[in-house]
Amino acid sequence: MKARKTQRPSVRRKLPAARSPGDNARPAPQSTAKGGEESEFLARAWAMEVEAVERYSILADAMEEHNNPEVTELFRKLARIEQLHADGIVEHNQSLRPQETMAAGKLPWDQSEGQETADPGDLHYRMQPYHALQMALAGEQRAEQFFMKMARTARSASVRKIALEMAAEETEHVRLIEDWISRTPRPAEDWAYDPDPPASGE
Amino acid sequence: MNTASPAAVPVTPQTFKSDTKPIWCPGCGDYSVLSSLTKAFAMLELRPENVVVVSGIGCSSRIPAYTSCYGFHGVHGRALPAATGLKVARPDLTVIAAGGDGDGYSIGGNHFLHACRRNVDLTYIVMDNHVYGMTKGQPSPTTEPDWDSKLSPGGTGLRTFHPLVIALAAGANFVARAFSGDPNGTARIIADAIRNPGFSFVEVLSPCVTLRPEQREWKTQVHAAPVGTTDDPARAARRIMTDDGFNIGVLYAGNRRPYPAVVQKGTRRVEDLETEFVL
Repeated sequence: MKARKTQRPSVRRKLPAARSPGDNARPAPQSTAKGGEESEFLARAWAMEVEAVERYSILADAMEEHNNPEVTELFRKLARIEQLHADGIVEHNQSLRPQETMAAGKLPWDQSEGQETADPGDLHYRMQPYHALQMALAGEQRAEQFFMKMARTARSASVRKIALEMAAEETEHVRLIEDWISRTPRPAEDWAYDPDPPASGE
Repeated sequence: MNTASPAAVPVTPQTFKSDTKPIWCPGCGDYSVLSSLTKAFAMLELRPENVVVVSGIGCSSRIPAYTSCYGFHGVHGRALPAATGLKVARPDLTVIAAGGDGDGYSIGGNHFLHACRRNVDLTYIVMDNHVYGMTKGQPSPTTEPDWDSKLSPGGTGLRTFHPLVIALAAGANFVARAFSGDPNGTARIIADAIRNPGFSFVEVLSPCVTLRPEQREWKTQVHAAPVGTTDDPARAARRIMTDDGFNIGVLYAGNRRPYPAVVQKGTRRVEDLETEFVL
């Protein structure tokens, strides 16, 4: 899975470094400056990936502390994949300085968190790779929806174009995760049962 | 609050994380509070060497070890006395006290009242999960009276402690409620708390998914406070008394002058003071 996902050509690698010639045909573009809405959008996309990397790493550490090596490795793998995505955005947009655009420590989201960031509340100490992949799938689906919305609503034509490409890539990620899930054993009904539970009240 | 010098290396949330990995249960809200805290420090461009995180005892009180700031993991319920003394002695530092509802409202309840009253310029973050987690699930002051468990059959029947109202009545200069499931929102609230002069109290609803798995539903229950921040304590009291316990936001930000207004510079050396103590 990892090899497929990391070696295939990435849409992010094709992100235009500047405004595309077709932009003039788009309805009512109000901003096409690389230094404006487009660089902010790319910086946010980068921050979204970075936040997902950080969260997966935290989740991996948590599962490692609780002796769940399978899920630990899976979260680490997901973190590596998201890091490659973040790196891809910067590598192929050389003029982009996401850290500077977002400014150190400034939060990129108006809402709670980035779309690809997994909810730590979904963790369970007895969870299995299948559950972790469901979390990853939900993140990719949220990202897909976000970029599709941006492709419809962004003021800048170049941003709409990039967002459409990113949405297509997220759609591919969704498909890959679904494929991964189909090859992952489904947990038994009593997967959470613990004969020696931590809660004395149980 | 002490910010970085412009020439210093830029700080990020990672700057404030230590190499020690948290041992909280998977799914615990405290992971996100740690993340919010480090984000808030980065937002304010603080430096680890200028920040101290002080705690008492409990799951959440492990938090100083997970930061790269100075830390003091103290005695049960006594985070606030240590933090108060530290801030009065070293007003140049940004001082954070942190802990849980049992530590802060029960064992440390008296200190909580008087820390609010003294209004020393520090920030107190309580990660409230309505249970004693580290000791396996005894009811805490914020546990619902009808919470039925093996350790409290049929529930305690006791009225719950209302920390925000008590903080306000006791004189806290900043009162807010946050939710661990909204780490970025919590980071902004913590940053506001640190910026606000005087004693700032931030209650963070932080689920204990192990002992109170029903708290996973908090994410569907919390909501933004329907009204903005007020500096009128009477208005704030009415709002807090009548809310549903899930209003998130800065509920009160006052203008009381912090204590002490002017710090007397010490004239005695530490070595001199030590001679007065017999071990």
